[in-house]
Order: sequence, then C-alpha cells, then structure tokens
Amino acid sequence: MKSLLGLYLDPNDAANAMDGLKEGGFEQGTFDVLTGTPYPEGAFGEHVPQHRLFRFPAFGAIIGFSLSLFLTTATQLAYPLITGGKPILSIFAMLIIMYEMTMLSAVIFSVIGIIFESRLPNISPGVYDSRITEGYIGVVISVEDSEFNKAKKILEKSGSEEIKEA
Amino acid sequence: MQQRNNENRLSQEYTNSVLLNGTLQTPKWWPYLVSILGFFVVVGFVLFGVQIKYGLGVTGLNRPVYWGLYITTFVFWVGISHAGIMISAILRLTQAEWRRPVTRAAEILTIFSLATALVFPLIHAGRTWRIIYWLMPYDVSRGIWPNIRSPLFMDPIAISTYLTGSTLFLFVALLPDLAVLRDRTTGFRKGFYTILALGWRGNPRQWKMQVVGGILLSALMLPIFVSVHSIVSWDFAVTTAVEGWHSTIFAPYFVIGAVHSGVSAVVTMMALMRWGWGWNDFIRPEHFDALARLLTVVATAWLGFTFLELLFAVYGLDAPEIALREMQIFQYPWNMLFLLFLLTGYILPVPMWIFKRIRTNIALMFWSSILVNIGMWLERFLIIVPGLARRTPFVFTWDAYSPSWFEWYVLFWSFCWVTLLMLIFSRIFPLVPLFEQKESEVFSDDIKIGRATVPTIFREEEE
Repeated sequence: MKSLLGLYLDPNDAANAMDGLKEGGFEQGTFDVLTGTPYPEGAFGEHVPQHRLFRFPAFGAIIGFSLSLFLTTATQLAYPLITGGKPILSIFAMLIIMYEMTMLSAVIFSVIGIIFESRLPNISPGVYDSRITEGYIGVVISVEDSEFNKAKKILEKSGSEEIKEA
Repeated sequence: MQQRNNENRLSQEYTNSVLLNGTLQTPKWWPYLVSILGFFVVVGFVLFGVQIKYGLGVTGLNRPVYWGLYITTFVFWVGISHAGIMISAILRLTQAEWRRPVTRAAEILTIFSLATALVFPLIHAGRTWRIIYWLMPYDVSRGIWPNIRSPLFMDPIAISTYLTGSTLFLFVALLPDLAVLRDRTTGFRKGFYTILALGWRGNPRQWKMQVVGGILLSALMLPIFVSVHSIVSWDFAVTTAVEGWHSTIFAPYFVIGAVHSGVSAVVTMMALMRWGWGWNDFIRPEHFDALARLLTVVATAWLGFTFLELLFAVYGLDAPEIALREMQIFQYPWNMLFLLFLLTGYILPVPMWIFKRIRTNIALMFWSSILVNIGMWLERFLIIVPGLARRTPFVFTWDAYSPSWFEWYVLFWSFCWVTLLMLIFSRIFPLVPLFEQKESEVFSDDIKIGRATVPTIFREEEE
C-alpha cells in the first residue's frame, strides 16, 4: 500500500483531481482532500462525512446529571443537619449544582466527541506537506502498488504542482 | 511586508506571516514588558506570603466590613471573563462576520481572568488552605461534607465549570492553528505543537467538526455563562442580613454588568493587540465600530438594571434599605464614588460611542473602554462595601472601611498577572485565529451589481 499526495494551487484543479479519481474507479474513502481552511461543503466533490457528534453531549449530560444527583443527595444524607425544620434534601440548591455538573459533563463529552469524530489523535498522519497550511490544496490517496501509476497519472493530469509519495 | 493579494495562497501565507509575528518571533518590547510585569507579580506573591504569615490584619478588613477590595476584585474579574463567551459564542452562533479577529482574544481573556478571579477568594480567606475544607469532602471519617446549600459552594462549582468549558472550547478552536505552528517550527517547539495538534491534517471531516463542534460548544457554553455570574450574584443576594444585597434583580443585573465590562475589556485588548503587534490589516476600525454599537446597547440595558435595582430597593419603603441608599448616593465619600461610577460606567463613554468618528478611532475607543472598567469596578465596590459599613443600631463594632496599601497592591497585581499570562500565551499560541481569517478570504468575493462592484461575504446554508 502506497500513499500519494498531489498539491494544487487552484481549487478547481483539486476538484478535477477528485473527479478523476472517482471516475478512475478508486473507492470513496481511499482518497481525501486536505486544506488549510474550511471550504464550502462539496467544493471538491468530496464525500460528505456523516457524524454522530450530537450523541456525545446527550450522553455526557445524562452522566453528569446522574453523578450530580448522587453527590448532592449522598453528601446531604451523610451529614443530616436539619436547618430551620426544613427537609434534609434541599431541592433548589441541589438543582443549581446538578445544572452545573450536567453542563460540564455535556461540554467535556462534546469535546471528546469532536476529537473522536475528527478521527484524532492521528498518530500516523501519513503523507503530508506543510504548504497545505499556507494555501495549497492537497489531494491524498492510498493505493495498492498495482494502481499506483494510474493514480499518479490522474493527479498529474489534473494540474498538480507537485506529487509526493510515501 | 507582503501585501494582501487576491490569490488565495498568498493571502493565507500573508495571514500566517503577520499573525504569527508575535509567536514565531519575539517582539522587541516583549522581554522588557514581561520582565517588568514579572517583577510586580513576584512582589505580589511575596506579599501574599506575608499575609499568610501575619494574617488578614495586614488588610483594612475589620468588623463589620469583612468583604472588601478582594471580593470586589473577584467579582470584577469574573465579570471580565464574560467577554469570552459573549463575543465568541453569540457571534459564532449568529455567524457575525466581524467576530473573526475577536474570538480568540475574548476566549483567552475569559480563561485568564477567571483563573485570576479564583485566586481572590483564596487570598480573601486568609487561611487559604482551609478553602479546601469547604469544597472537598476532605475527611470522610469526620463525616463532614460540603454544604451544597451555600452559594459559597455553588460559586466555585460554577466558575470551575466555566473555566473548564472555556479552556476546552479554546483548545478545540486552536487545533487548526496548532497544525500551522507545527508546520512552521523546528526542534522542541515542533515536537510540542505536533503533540498538541493531535495529527491534524485539515480534511473535510475535521473541518466539519470544527464548524459543527464550534456551534455546539457555543450553544452549551452560553447557558453556563449566564449561570456563572447569576451564582456569583447570589453570594450577596441570598444574604438577608445586609441591606443592599438581598435583591432578586441581582442575577440579571450582574450578568448584564459582566457583559458590559467584559466586552469593554475586549476592546482594550484589541487596541493593545493592534498597537503591539501591528495587526492593522486584521484588527480594523470596523471591528471597533461593531463592538461599540454592541456596547451601546449593552450599556444602556445595564443602566436600566442599575436604575431598577435602586427603584426596587427604595420602593418597599424599608427604612434600613432607604438609609443605605441615602448613604450610597448622598453621603461623602460614597457620593463621590457613586458619581464617578455613573460618569465612567455610562455618562462619559456611551455618548461618545454615538459618533462613528469616535467608534472608529482606536485610541478613543481604548480610553473609553478603560473608563467603563473603572466604573464597573466601582459598581462592585459600591454594591459590596456600603451595606456592610452602614452604622446600624445595637451593633457596637462598626467601622468605616479603608483598604490598606496591601489590598491596593493585590488589585494592581491582578492586572499585571493577567497581562503577563496574556503575553506568555502570545509567544506560544496565536492571539488571532488564523483559520477563521483564512476562511473569511475563501468565503468573500467582489460581485458586480450594475456598474458597482460590491464586496460580499457569503455563507453556507445549513441543511
């Protein structure tokens, strides 16, 4: 398995390269586009990624709520000091703590979700070029050795400035 | 310096080279300023040690004024911290184009001012280490647990939530810029940014998560932002024994006041960033114009709350409450402070912002934002201290409060500390989000309408 990275200055050339790879029979998911800034979705004819990010904060909120309910209840019952003849469990005070902990847990899980759904941390990022964060657009593809030349030709034909191999 | 160019690649190169000029190189003034601030900060730490050794007697705090300058400054910094989420989250959610150079500065201002605010209750407590007893179930064998009914417990929970959330929010938004730094550094720094960038490459999935995740986090942070200053206000509002504190309007009043002071602090910081790093192409007069318009609305709403707070206090015809307001507004020296508070908090700056010439004048915006924060600090002082200092019957231990030089120094220290943290941050991370600037280049174009060429910004419709 080899990786190829074609560098483009013009977004149209990068989009042509992506189209060429699709037409050349390469599977979605084996090639991708790398940019230094967000482009409008579908600008390169790329596969629109699906995600399940919104499940993370919901899950986090449930965990935070449960944990805070346990903590606020258990700590009051553990030291049952009756104040002014009121019930031991002070619901309104508990709600404030529970609100904060629910939100905190939702935020933490959201961040975990963002990192997970971004497929990070990526320990072996593969072929890359630092010029991508300078405005170049990279089209990257992983191919079997037998299809290497075919993929390289498509990248060259679409007007790449440079092709890197790894 | 390379000028802006219509070709996207050059624009991105230019953005990188200009906005990383404080991170990849050391500005000439930076070491001097950091050394001076570092000196004042170290002196502050030494004084803190002295206070721990000799106790709170070194301050002007005494019966019955136990809450003075330290708590005033605590509330002040929590207020400043509200800049971050107000600017970053609301503007992100509404996709306001002018947010781009502002968001990062606002977020880090949130984090450093919150971290500084958290220090003040520790200093104020005198025996700092005892705070842990109130917050943590430190000794299960004694069966003592934190009192969740106390706002003094709710407060650190809320602030810690806000601090943690803001830090994570900042980290997520920093990821693409960390990749830029990784690609432009060598040696130890490259290793450092490589670890922090988590292997960011900039594929569509990662960008989509940046956009969707940013909106999601903004939506989650906004309710936290409202809750934090509400809970800080309850430190006072749930106390029935002190006139001037026990008010139901305190939560929204504190929140709107925090936004007023926080957004003003962002204006101060943006002016300093423009002057210090020469980011004239990125922090432009129209950004100050937009912030001043926002501030005019916020300040006027805040003035309304100030009036309502007074109105609600005296409308009940409660004699001690009326006596307190008379003292606050008419008796020397409180009347002088009250006048100064109104002048600096609203009467001087807001009429200035009506004029576009002033809104786009960065020096005038800088000084007017400083005025606002003098006023907002005084507001907190006038809320906290007079109620405690008022002479009441059957109490024989009353005294006026005069902060000692110790307390004034700690106030000064807090400004040095926040500025120092900001300067250190600026040497490690970019103060203006690079990818947001670059995105604005991609999403802008000139279109022709008839014979006019109109600069436009376009955005994607969410499906």
